[in-house]
Amino acid sequence: MLKNTALTAIHEQLGAKMAPFAGYNMPISYTNIKEEHQAVRERVGIFDVSHMGEFIVRGPEALDLIQHISSNDASRLQIGEAQYACMPNKQGGIVDDLLIYRLSEDNCAAGERAYMLVVNASNIEKDWNWIQENNTFDTRLINISDQTGLLAVQGPLAQKILQGLTEVDLSALKYYTFTKGTFAGIDNVIISATGYTGSGGFELYADNAHIVHLWETILEAGKDVGILPIGLGARDTLRLEMGYCLYGNDINDTTSPLEAGLGWITKLGKPAFIGRDLMLEQKAQGLSKKLVGIKSLDRRVPRHGYPIENEAGELIGEVTSGTQSPTLDIPIGMGYVALPYAKEGSTIYLVAGKKRIEAIVSRPPFITAG
Amino acid sequence: MQIPSHLKYTEEHEWIRVEADNTAYIGITDFAQGELGELVYVEVDTVGETIERNEVFGTVEAVKTTADLYMPVSGTILEFNPAIDEAEGDEPTLVNESPYDKGWIIKIKLIDPSELEGLMDAAAYQELVG
Repeated sequence: MLKNTALTAIHEQLGAKMAPFAGYNMPISYTNIKEEHQAVRERVGIFDVSHMGEFIVRGPEALDLIQHISSNDASRLQIGEAQYACMPNKQGGIVDDLLIYRLSEDNCAAGERAYMLVVNASNIEKDWNWIQENNTFDTRLINISDQTGLLAVQGPLAQKILQGLTEVDLSALKYYTFTKGTFAGIDNVIISATGYTGSGGFELYADNAHIVHLWETILEAGKDVGILPIGLGARDTLRLEMGYCLYGNDINDTTSPLEAGLGWITKLGKPAFIGRDLMLEQKAQGLSKKLVGIKSLDRRVPRHGYPIENEAGELIGEVTSGTQSPTLDIPIGMGYVALPYAKEGSTIYLVAGKKRIEAIVSRPPFITAG
Repeated sequence: MQIPSHLKYTEEHEWIRVEADNTAYIGITDFAQGELGELVYVEVDTVGETIERNEVFGTVEAVKTTADLYMPVSGTILEFNPAIDEAEGDEPTLVNESPYDKGWIIKIKLIDPSELEGLMDAAAYQELVG
């Protein structure tokens, strides 16, 4: 049974092309991907990403649970800060990648801490079971995914149009920090300076009951600067231009965080956590492959699953993501290649059926962040 | 969505329009271009070759996906639409804007016109794409 978000009817009214994604009926595109992409890079766009999952972790040992399951060091988080991390599994792969928010302790008993974990829609059930299984700590978990909506407002003009709707000083919100405040007349909206586009902006978490009001108010506030609603199609082209990983494409249950280039969120020096020993071993032995950015040298676009060969025709890897970059108007992608080919500028060949597409390894981001 | 009645259709969403001299134009349907989204590149490097029915004669690249193009009937490829060819007009979006007219993809010489009987008419194609 396909789930709807609070905005499904509105997407349909707007004439969006809808498709199932991670069990949700989601807008892929409203007009076309290029136009939506460009709106975010140059102006501002609003995304319904309410399909994402949210768990509250609260208790005296909340930090211990998170430190046990997360690759990153959550002990560094102050209240009002967010952190990107992944949850390694016990076989060397990745359960999911996620954001960890350290919430205020206003609703906590003495000695308790509270966090919010934001996970991929496709993994909500798997993550929930995983965290429960590994929760040997004095800590409660609450799954608020079904009642929580999430809007991303992204682009260089995001702050300008949103500032008119709240007393919270948005210019004071640094990247990867957040606050809870009144927004467009709605209390308790989490305003987070995060995103998945590379064009700056904010993400707003609120109860589903208020999501339609927030969506409409923001669209109205952005009308004069040309705000557009943005579908998942452009969300993918935007994240790919930045080289951000997509779970299910570039990372999954079998890919190593180190090989995926997530070493920067993998703090092997923090106290023991799930998967750490395997990663230490892997690091000692040296990696065999790496996730790299790919630029195709002809017009053919890299696609998920295309084998990658060296000049001699030996299999050296596989494409995990690809698209036509709307900004650069060239085909770009990501994929795993054997270590000797992971160097910037290496020539590789993508195999599309009978065709061999010449391509080069190119470190993301593919564009200069705006 | 347009489905002109004077064309024949395949389950792979190609159309074919046969001319008097047993040549024919082939393209993709309005439905197909809508599903693919904006095209960024059309590749046909089979001009001059004779290709069997249901075999691949080219590829279309959209932002989100790649799709192979199949021969509705067997034939010899005479021409790749210069207006969309990268080497000439380089306007693949003609296929989006005018799928049945300016956005035709190849012109072929039929080998066995009786193969046309196996294709769908507009009503049957309408049924397929609902």
